[in-house]
Amino acid sequence: MQKIVRKKQLNPEISLIEFEAKDLAIAANPGQFVILRVNETGERFPLTIYDFNCEKGTVTVVCQAIGVSTKKLCALNEGDSILDVVGPLGHATKVKNIGKVICIGGGVGTAEAYPIAKAMQREGNDVEVIIGSRIKDLIICEQEIREFCDKVYVTTDDGSHGRKGFVTDVLRELLQKDTYDMVFAIGPLIMMKMVCEMTKARSIRTLVSLNSIMIDGTGMCGGCRIQYSGEAKFTCVDGPEFDGHLVDFNDVMLRQERYKSKEKSALDHYEKQCRIGLK
Amino acid sequence: MREQDPKERIKNFNEVPYGYNEDEAVAEASRCLQCKKQPCVNGCPAEIDIPAFIKAISEKHFDESISIIKKTNNLPAVCGRVCPQEDQCEKLCILGKKGIPINIGNLERFSADWELKNKSQKENTASGNGRKGKKVAIIGAGPSGLTCAADLAKMGYSATIFEALHKPGGVLTYGIPEFRLPKDIVMTEVNEIKKLGVDIKYNNVIGRIKSIDKLREEGFDAFFISTGAGLPYFMGIEGENLNGVYSANEFLTRVNLMKAYKFPEYDTPINIGKNIAVVGGGNVAMDSARCALRLGAEKVYIVYRRTENEMPARIDEIHHAKEEGIEFHLLANPLKIIGNEKAEVKKLVCIKNKLGEPDDSGRRRPVPIEGSEFEMDMDIVIIAIGNGSNPLLLDTIKGLELTRRGNIVADDAGQTNIEDIFAGGDIVTGAATVIAAMGAGKNSARAIDNFLKR
Repeated sequence: MQKIVRKKQLNPEISLIEFEAKDLAIAANPGQFVILRVNETGERFPLTIYDFNCEKGTVTVVCQAIGVSTKKLCALNEGDSILDVVGPLGHATKVKNIGKVICIGGGVGTAEAYPIAKAMQREGNDVEVIIGSRIKDLIICEQEIREFCDKVYVTTDDGSHGRKGFVTDVLRELLQKDTYDMVFAIGPLIMMKMVCEMTKARSIRTLVSLNSIMIDGTGMCGGCRIQYSGEAKFTCVDGPEFDGHLVDFNDVMLRQERYKSKEKSALDHYEKQCRIGLK
Repeated sequence: MREQDPKERIKNFNEVPYGYNEDEAVAEASRCLQCKKQPCVNGCPAEIDIPAFIKAISEKHFDESISIIKKTNNLPAVCGRVCPQEDQCEKLCILGKKGIPINIGNLERFSADWELKNKSQKENTASGNGRKGKKVAIIGAGPSGLTCAADLAKMGYSATIFEALHKPGGVLTYGIPEFRLPKDIVMTEVNEIKKLGVDIKYNNVIGRIKSIDKLREEGFDAFFISTGAGLPYFMGIEGENLNGVYSANEFLTRVNLMKAYKFPEYDTPINIGKNIAVVGGGNVAMDSARCALRLGAEKVYIVYRRTENEMPARIDEIHHAKEEGIEFHLLANPLKIIGNEKAEVKKLVCIKNKLGEPDDSGRRRPVPIEGSEFEMDMDIVIIAIGNGSNPLLLDTIKGLELTRRGNIVADDAGQTNIEDIFAGGDIVTGAATVIAAMGAGKNSARAIDNFLKR
């Protein structure tokens, strides 16, 4: 049981949740993830570690309430406990000085792009950040990013904040004007796919972070496997970061859909129970 | 043995054999010749005094019977259900030479179940309070780790198990289905082990949250690695990444650990179609096939590359699977899986085999027959062809000697090339049986005791 010490609603859909987990905080590194199970009937699902504090012994995740599991987590409050948290899992991001870097965060992925961008900046890289979401209310971490970075570009699909359009529109312009050594892209699969297509044409190394459907997170079930340069790789133990140019995104996107209809009926069941006051 | 009717049981996850009642158990126990030589005991990796516990049953001293078993075996209700007795104790029974051997497995199960039902669980003496002042870390709460920890606790050591998942039992919990091994029974037996003073820390992936070196710094004096065979093999054929293709590990974990058979009451989903093929011939394949049937598949096939004679599954499991209507495609090997544009499985293409010369395992090697390809309509394919060694922890232990296949090199006592590290179960042998893993746990507990007494 991990007690929640801080909860902050970043916007109507996305919550920041900080919980006690001393050993986990000490072992954690940027880019790694945890697997959570909120209650006894809950699923095991992965979330990237957003922040960790060794002195306080806490770990922070950012969660967008979309399905049953994420809604259950976001329904918890300060003082409540998460039943199970296991981690840190996966490999950490290799933060090195490589030169000019673009970090791209889409939607809730911005919460994962932020600590990487900050670490890259601290390491002496020249960092530019592009963040985007559907509407203004869903933009997160903008202030935090502006605190350490003066080249921040914001996009919304409807133009309600920053410029109207997609993060890839900004990326295209940046790539036309200048040369870059590396791109990090974390967000929806379709966004990462489009980014990779652009950067591949210019041979700019691009890292993406995949958030596949998982159970154990230790390589035991193989459910998170992806096609990577013609080979099967497990996101949980071989990733979660991969060279985006070698990922078969069409395959990853199809696999991510494999419980779509079940996820919907699970959500209906959960919301019905909430309505009649069972949960 | 009385069992649930096959027509009924394929609609539920309740246990299949009912187990002996008292009269049946006494009658079966009375058949035992009580031979002087006790050949059956030689066949038991858990070193149970088999004639003695059977004698106690025949005299209706059920309490004494379970005490005899528990002297050496901490998981009797589990072993009585899942051990391949026909290859072990029962194989050596003198009665088996001319007739039917004593049903030792079911008698063991009877004793264990009798205790669960009739006795308020005895308060243990909690001997594992570290009287000997030494701490042992056990990595993995499967059959091997639980056995080793229990034996160490009985000797007076402080034993702490670090488990990666949120529940104990390893394969007993995530792998073997409810209808073959009810989870309540696993939890009850694990609780008995906890009462010995064993501490289990869940959600702890050693190698990630802490290294063995870190645990050494924290004061652990010896280590037992029992992480199991946790890396599913795939066949490497076309179409294996389609959405309807599961590793048996994933399929069974969703069903057993995460209770997908109770979806949507439980949140974890599983996909089931009309036609399901399970590739493989071991217990894991039978378990997967029988789960698939209970989840509502119309047709479930076992696809195995050799014949029934070479199948590694327990005879009981093959028998149960057939009774339930699972169809066996023997001497058949998958070539590719064909899907549609939504990545759904549509067809499984196989080739027929004939048996050739024996291979390293002594079993006759399957040889494909040219031009014998055939295809079957399929919605789900489950790959149950075995597991390799999971490198996650082993990669973090500097200097630990591994085999070419990535298993830990250890002697019969579980000693690795590093003095304070012992190992046992599937991580050493490759995928084997629950009872072999338990036997290794016992041996290592003794070896660790010797090491710590030095």
